[in-house]
Amino acid sequence: MDQPMIAVQGLEKSYGAHHVLRGVDLTVRHGEIYALLGQNGAGKTTAVNILTTLVRPDAGTARIGGADVTTDAGRVRELIALTGQYAAVDEFQTGAENLVMMADLAHLPRRTVRTRAAELLERFDLTAAAGRRVGTYSGGMRRRLDLAISLVADPALLVLDEPTTGLDPASRSQLWEVVRGLAADGTTVLLTTQYLEEADRLADTIAVLHDGRVAARGTASELKSLVAGDHVRVAFEDRASLAAATDLAAGLGMVSTTTDDKDLSLSAPSADPVRTIRDLLAAADTHRLAVSGVSVVKPTLDDVFLALTSKETAR
Amino acid sequence: MTTTTLPARATRGVPATRRPQSVGTAVRDVRTMVARETRRQLRSVDGLVTALVLPVAIMLVFVVIFGGAISGGSGDYIDYVVPGVLVMCLGFGSATAATAVAQDMTSGTIDRFKTLPIFGPSALWGHVLASVARNLVSACTVVLVAVALGFRPDAGPLGWVGVVGFAVLAVLAFTWLSAALGLVLSVDASQSVNMLFLFVPYLSSGFVPVDTMPTWLHGFAEHQPFTPIIETLRGLLSGSGDGATAAAATAWLAGTLIVSTTAGSILYHHRTAR
Repeated sequence: MDQPMIAVQGLEKSYGAHHVLRGVDLTVRHGEIYALLGQNGAGKTTAVNILTTLVRPDAGTARIGGADVTTDAGRVRELIALTGQYAAVDEFQTGAENLVMMADLAHLPRRTVRTRAAELLERFDLTAAAGRRVGTYSGGMRRRLDLAISLVADPALLVLDEPTTGLDPASRSQLWEVVRGLAADGTTVLLTTQYLEEADRLADTIAVLHDGRVAARGTASELKSLVAGDHVRVAFEDRASLAAATDLAAGLGMVSTTTDDKDLSLSAPSADPVRTIRDLLAAADTHRLAVSGVSVVKPTLDDVFLALTSKETAR
Repeated sequence: MTTTTLPARATRGVPATRRPQSVGTAVRDVRTMVARETRRQLRSVDGLVTALVLPVAIMLVFVVIFGGAISGGSGDYIDYVVPGVLVMCLGFGSATAATAVAQDMTSGTIDRFKTLPIFGPSALWGHVLASVARNLVSACTVVLVAVALGFRPDAGPLGWVGVVGFAVLAVLAFTWLSAALGLVLSVDASQSVNMLFLFVPYLSSGFVPVDTMPTWLHGFAEHQPFTPIIETLRGLLSGSGDGATAAAATAWLAGTLIVSTTAGSILYHHRTAR
């Protein structure tokens, strides 16, 4: 019964001979944080521009809360708020003036404009700086004000285009907290990012955009499991032990193990790490091999990203 | 797994606190944008100098410094030159809209405005109406200083209504032209739009009669738009205008206004931040 917040099918967009989007499908549920992950030029911003009614697609459909972005743009604009790559705040106005202006443009009832502005300044820790011109703000403060402005009309969908690009680590994690809080309150968040860590830490669902197509989608864990399972890594104290262990592993039926001569370790892909560790350690014990450490290595989103994008490029 | 149970939220309608679009909200949008532009102008030292100091300085240069040499000593040159100075000031005062619009285009502000459920061209109208207000203030300043220096216009009450109306038409045309240029030019390039208004009027009948210029300049000087525009204002101020010149000037300004508003609105519709 509940239609998705964002429903995109077969979206295509070209600029001249350059095909930026080559058929993108997306479904974003209400209240989730959805990340479009991709490198520069993957088509993230173009996708965002289409979803926020700034650019018309060449083909395909995109609906926000059931409203079509091309034929019902007015309705879409009532549901969304965009925080673009560049902070869209006026340097010549104070923080409070920027917020009041946007509340006016959002057509809030006049008597609530000032209270709403004050409330958001408070929430984003900008009350002390409210009377200062934005020209004097730090990068992190501008981003916070930018986000506060986006929320002035309580949008159902918040679109963040590379929200943490250029922010220092402290401001970045502060912004992540804010975004999590918004999602917890029921706002749907679509964000683009080129940082794997950001998608991993923040998003419920990730779509990897590469070369104008969705190369893969799913939760961070699902994407990681696409590449390979966990690896068990056993390190030894000498080269001879490592060599012996490699033979033992093959004898145990472990395939595609790799060895690292630098830190004298053996890595074995494994669907059941506990059992693999037990088998390897038992074998090492029997043959009196000098084991110096054991660990389970989980694949990172980096591995996924590189695997997907190199595969796409090779095609 | 990171999939947690999310608070289900029913499809939301227009938030209850928000009013649907109407003529009333369109007026409010334009008013908000005019307030924004006015604030930008009042807070920029550069803008204030351009609006108030530069026009008076130009007039002082022509009246006090060049006036004696140009007019050969008689006091009438001030009556001749004030309309030229006025049109020039209205022109470069309007030209600042090019830079303001270009800045909006680079800062991402335009993207945000365009994703709001507001009256589409309200941002451009904000620039234009604020420009009209600012330029009328600087024109008044110029006229008052001119009167103090000996300028004696012969216009009657109806003539003054004509002067104000014609000035508003000129500012509308100049500002829309500048705003449309600001949509396609970079911030740097947009700053040279005022050169158009600072130098082209010199090649008109605004400061010296055309027949005192070299012959090869006559054709351009007589037929370029600033000549009828300045002549019309001069006629209105002295109460002795001729209809043909006024018609030519109005045609130039109305034509510029129509082309610029059309081009500006189309360009604005298709632009995103760069």
